[in-house]
Amino acid sequence: MAKKPLFFFLILCGSMVIVVLLMFSRFGRSKEETGSCNGEARVLYKHQNVTRSEIHALVSLFSDSDQVTSFECRKESSPGMWASYGITCALNMRLEKHETTESFHGRRVAAQCFIPDGELPLDLNPSDLSHSISSAAHMCDNLEQSLEQPKEHKNVEEGLDWDLLSYLRNTWWCLILGILVCHRIFVFHSKTPRERQEKVYLQEPLAQKKQQQCSQTNSRGAGKWRKNILLLGVIAGVSLSVWWFWDTNEEIILKRRETLENMCDERARVLQDQFNVSLNHVHALSILVSTFHHGKTPSAIDQKTFGEYTERTNFERPLTSGVAYALKVPHLKREQFEKEHGWTIKKMETEDQTLVQDCVPENFDPAPIQDEYAPVIFAQETVSHIVSVDMMSGEEDRENILRARASGKGVLTSPFKLLKSNHLGVVLTFAVYDANLPLDATEEQRIEATIGYLGASYDMPSLVEKLLHQLASKQTIAVDVYDTTNASGLIKMYGSDIGDISEQHISSLDFGDPSRKHEMHCRFKHKLPIPWTAIIPSGLVLVITFLVGYIFNEALTRIATVEEDCQKMRELKARAEAADVAKSQFLATVSHEIRTPMNGVLGMLKLLMDTDLDVKQMDYAQTAHGSGKDLISLINEVLDQAKIESGRLELENVPFDMRFVLDNVSSLLSGKANEKGIELAVYVSRQVPDIVVGDSCRFRQIITNLVGNSIKFTQDKGHIFISVHLADEVKEPLNIEDAVLKQRLALGCSEPGETVSGFPAVNALRSWSHFKTFYSNESHNSDKIKLLVTVEDTGVGIPVDAQGRIFTPFMQADSSTSRTYGGTGIGLSISKRLVELMQGEMGFVSEPGIGSTFSFTGVFGKAEANSSIAKLERFDLAIQEFKGLRALVIDNRNIRAEVTSYHLRRLGISVDIASSLRMACTSVSKLGNLAMVLIENDVWNKKDFAVLDELLTGSKETSARVPKFLLLATSATLVESSEMKSSGLIDEVVIKPLRMSVLICCLQETLVNGKKRQPRKRRNLGRLIREKQILVVDDNLVNRRVAEGALKKYGAIVTCVESGKAALAMLKPPHNFDACFMDLQMPEMDGFEATRRIRDLERRINKKIASGEVSAEMFSKFNSWHVPILAMTADVIQATNEECMKCGMDGYVSKPFEEEVLYTAVARFFESC
Amino acid sequence: MEKRQFRDYTISLYHQGFLDDQFTELKKLQDECSPDFVAEVVSLFFEDCEKLISNMARALDQTGNVDYKLVGSSVHQLKGSSSSVGAKRVKGLCVTLKECCDSQNYEGCVRCLQQVDIEYKSLKGKLQDLFNLEQQIVQAGGRIPQVDI
Repeated sequence: MAKKPLFFFLILCGSMVIVVLLMFSRFGRSKEETGSCNGEARVLYKHQNVTRSEIHALVSLFSDSDQVTSFECRKESSPGMWASYGITCALNMRLEKHETTESFHGRRVAAQCFIPDGELPLDLNPSDLSHSISSAAHMCDNLEQSLEQPKEHKNVEEGLDWDLLSYLRNTWWCLILGILVCHRIFVFHSKTPRERQEKVYLQEPLAQKKQQQCSQTNSRGAGKWRKNILLLGVIAGVSLSVWWFWDTNEEIILKRRETLENMCDERARVLQDQFNVSLNHVHALSILVSTFHHGKTPSAIDQKTFGEYTERTNFERPLTSGVAYALKVPHLKREQFEKEHGWTIKKMETEDQTLVQDCVPENFDPAPIQDEYAPVIFAQETVSHIVSVDMMSGEEDRENILRARASGKGVLTSPFKLLKSNHLGVVLTFAVYDANLPLDATEEQRIEATIGYLGASYDMPSLVEKLLHQLASKQTIAVDVYDTTNASGLIKMYGSDIGDISEQHISSLDFGDPSRKHEMHCRFKHKLPIPWTAIIPSGLVLVITFLVGYIFNEALTRIATVEEDCQKMRELKARAEAADVAKSQFLATVSHEIRTPMNGVLGMLKLLMDTDLDVKQMDYAQTAHGSGKDLISLINEVLDQAKIESGRLELENVPFDMRFVLDNVSSLLSGKANEKGIELAVYVSRQVPDIVVGDSCRFRQIITNLVGNSIKFTQDKGHIFISVHLADEVKEPLNIEDAVLKQRLALGCSEPGETVSGFPAVNALRSWSHFKTFYSNESHNSDKIKLLVTVEDTGVGIPVDAQGRIFTPFMQADSSTSRTYGGTGIGLSISKRLVELMQGEMGFVSEPGIGSTFSFTGVFGKAEANSSIAKLERFDLAIQEFKGLRALVIDNRNIRAEVTSYHLRRLGISVDIASSLRMACTSVSKLGNLAMVLIENDVWNKKDFAVLDELLTGSKETSARVPKFLLLATSATLVESSEMKSSGLIDEVVIKPLRMSVLICCLQETLVNGKKRQPRKRRNLGRLIREKQILVVDDNLVNRRVAEGALKKYGAIVTCVESGKAALAMLKPPHNFDACFMDLQMPEMDGFEATRRIRDLERRINKKIASGEVSAEMFSKFNSWHVPILAMTADVIQATNEECMKCGMDGYVSKPFEEEVLYTAVARFFESC
Repeated sequence: MEKRQFRDYTISLYHQGFLDDQFTELKKLQDECSPDFVAEVVSLFFEDCEKLISNMARALDQTGNVDYKLVGSSVHQLKGSSSSVGAKRVKGLCVTLKECCDSQNYEGCVRCLQQVDIEYKSLKGKLQDLFNLEQQIVQAGGRIPQVDI
């Protein structure tokens, strides 16, 4: 989950980068533009009929307004605004330029639109992104279309468009790539921990711990990694914002400097041009003077004319404060000159400037004697006070004059304080030559040809002031003008001290005098304003970065804590599980350890009870024994529980007869049930195979437990009904064939007629309705069957609120239960677990006051067809005996009748059912050849019975046998039933619960009457072993004699030997013995050893026969020799029995011989013969 | 008269623990084919007893060097035959003697052996009486009654 934010963070970074790149391109363009500004000026200059200064003024005006309007444009971004921008045709090109700029702004707007998209972190995906980009591009296109109205620059614009589009595309691809890479990383990182977790769950607790530690360090590592990434991201964000700020700021400063530069240059140029214009006019004036004053005689110019002319043409020389003309007068002509003009040549006072200011020319001293003079003869009105002043006497002027006449060009003085105005100024001097001066005249010729000097004084401050007034943004910029002819000492001609000196631009001025150098220094009046445009976005980026970083940090911390907690939980879980296992193991061990001494205690108590005890002692001993037995059964249960919990209990897989097990259970519990007067019934569906493979002991344990519970909680009435069905039978309730099941499922508890005892019971259907595996048709294994067992009782039921915890160990329905009924409440829990081990489920349905039905399923294997179970063999004969007989069951309750007929069917007896004696009377005539009639005690009634008896005995003549009457009774009615028996009404009373052995016993006694029984049996045994050769091996003479006598009795031909060796000799094939009875304990060679040897011998012979070495005929009738050897032993311990089997014996009979045992043992071998 | 005496005597033998069910079983084996089966077996038993007891007595006489193994096997034999015949008391004594012998308890062995000797002799006498009674009944032309215990 940590990956998602990281993902978006990366996207955010990507979008930021794009924005920055876009801005970059914008900056590059605007730079280009400003650079092209000068070029345009030149173009304009060429094509338009305007002076340079005007052009410059215009250009500056526009570059200024460009800044303003571009700003506006950024706000409004409306192309139409530009269409209505009315300016003369000279502005067209500028306008187009503006539009291109505007298109950038438009694009930037688009880009800005894109930014918020990028900043929405939650639902961003590449398609969205591409959409926003494309929409941005679309916006750009729209803008372009509106801007393309001026057709001339279409191509250029298209080119620009293409650049931008390809650029966008590239960034888009980069972004996609980035997202893909990120995605891969996330997938990788989100996958591995899950896998790791899965692994963790699969491990054993101990290994799990290790793994956990491993994964813990891993996750910690991942956490660190994430933190590092975050830190990197934050650093990247901060550096981005710093870089952004720095970049924008730099940009601003650069732009400012450029502006300053441009403005400075422009001002310098304007000044220079104005100056030059004045210069030219002064030059023209000098020519005028030379033409009209010297060229004409008499002179066309006098002071008045000059003054008037100059005054009127003053507009041509905007910078001059005044113009004067001085004549070159050599010293020789001074007197003549002074006479002509009527004034003396005066000296210019320079010693005391203040004085100069005020004094009138008349007060000047006459000029000292010099080689030549340059007295002013004409002067403009503004400077009329200098008429008659000798220009040569002023140091600056003199130098100026000398240079001017030598160079023939306008010459400037260094700035000095002008007379009168007290302003700093410069004087421009032109030499006026004789008219016929050649163009390539030398310096001497020039000096020679000089006839006068025209001077113009420039009042610099007012001049510059006037000039700057004409230019825009005069408030923002401060201008200084310096004379830099003397490199060491700059002379400030104009300027103020205000403004930021740190950044200034210097433009050189050319006033047409190569020997003089001037410079213009420009600077902004105000300091650089705080660069908000740089601060705000970068600040925002910084804030966003920190916010995002904070969010991620929080998220990561949370992830880390959650992971840590999870880790802790897992550890705790593992520990708890380990503790649980340890507990179970401890219990298992301890229970086992307790059981051993308890057995000793119980054994000893039993022995004690066998001794001579008086009544009191006996009572004590019995109590102790009973308690001990309870304790040991509890311990066994705990042991089971512990074993199951610790996973040590494994189920056996042996074939067993389910019906036999159920018989066992019912016979075991019949005592208790009879005591309480509860009817116990067992029913197994016909579809359940005879032999199933599973753990019979555990199966029996479950059943015993459930039935035991039922008996415990059922009070003196009703029934307990155990039924076994195939789970498949119940799956489809509509086509149930089994009669019992049909009746049970069809009826609810509301109809009491069809339960076994007639008392109402709950409907069993609900008890298995919750089974998960029940209805699922999961892999139908052909060698597996699923059985459904239900145990129904009519007990007190389980309170509804206690039903949820009924399977919890040591938890009974309520605390009073154990006081009333006893028990520990562990049995059900164990049963449930056992059922789960059998891949089944256990459920129940219960209604207080009516009863409970417990059901469970279990998966058992199908036994191979021919496998049989030894235990049942003694019934086999009986079953053969009964096979094919017919019986009539008279019972008013269908289910009970079905149960009875189930038991009879097991014996091979075919059954008909009649619901009452009267019914039986009507049907009995149809049923010929009845062997027996079983009458349920409930339907007994003397009158009807008499009729039936009559009917049946009446048919005596026709059928050979008279049917026997058997009464089915519970122990409660035993006494009266016995009376009936003794009164001769019925032949036998069968006590329920029915089970095979009891039934066989009763039937045998009844069908084969008392007298006949003995001989029949004897005859049976005799038939079996008559004429058989039997060898008896016993060292004890008496035993031998008794055995011999016993066997001879049944017609066997008995040979006796008294040792194992002798037996060996006798049984060496070929021999004629059919069986051998062998004592186990004999001197020299005991029975085991003898048997082993005999078997060895037989095996060797068999091998020989098989290989054809010895012909089979020689060894008479057998193809393979195997004489049955039966052990005769006094102790019938299992161990001995096993030993017997191990050494090759076929069975054993306990000594001394008993007829029954002998019969059973021998029967097995001679049955087949 | 004799029949009643016979029956009472038999019952007393059972009740006093001289005989058990096995003797009844033995009697069942006696029929027309082998009329003296019980007598035959019993006499065999007594011969056996005599032999074994003397064996054991001899073995136990050799003070300090008693062959308990020999005694053990003898007493096992005796136990087997006595249980076959249904001589309950002898059998019980044999069990005790076997235990003494297994624990090599000389004193116990000697005492038990003496008891066995006494017991078997008294049983022999009783059975002799019983057979005599039978004889008398048979000679008188009566049938030996079935005695249900």
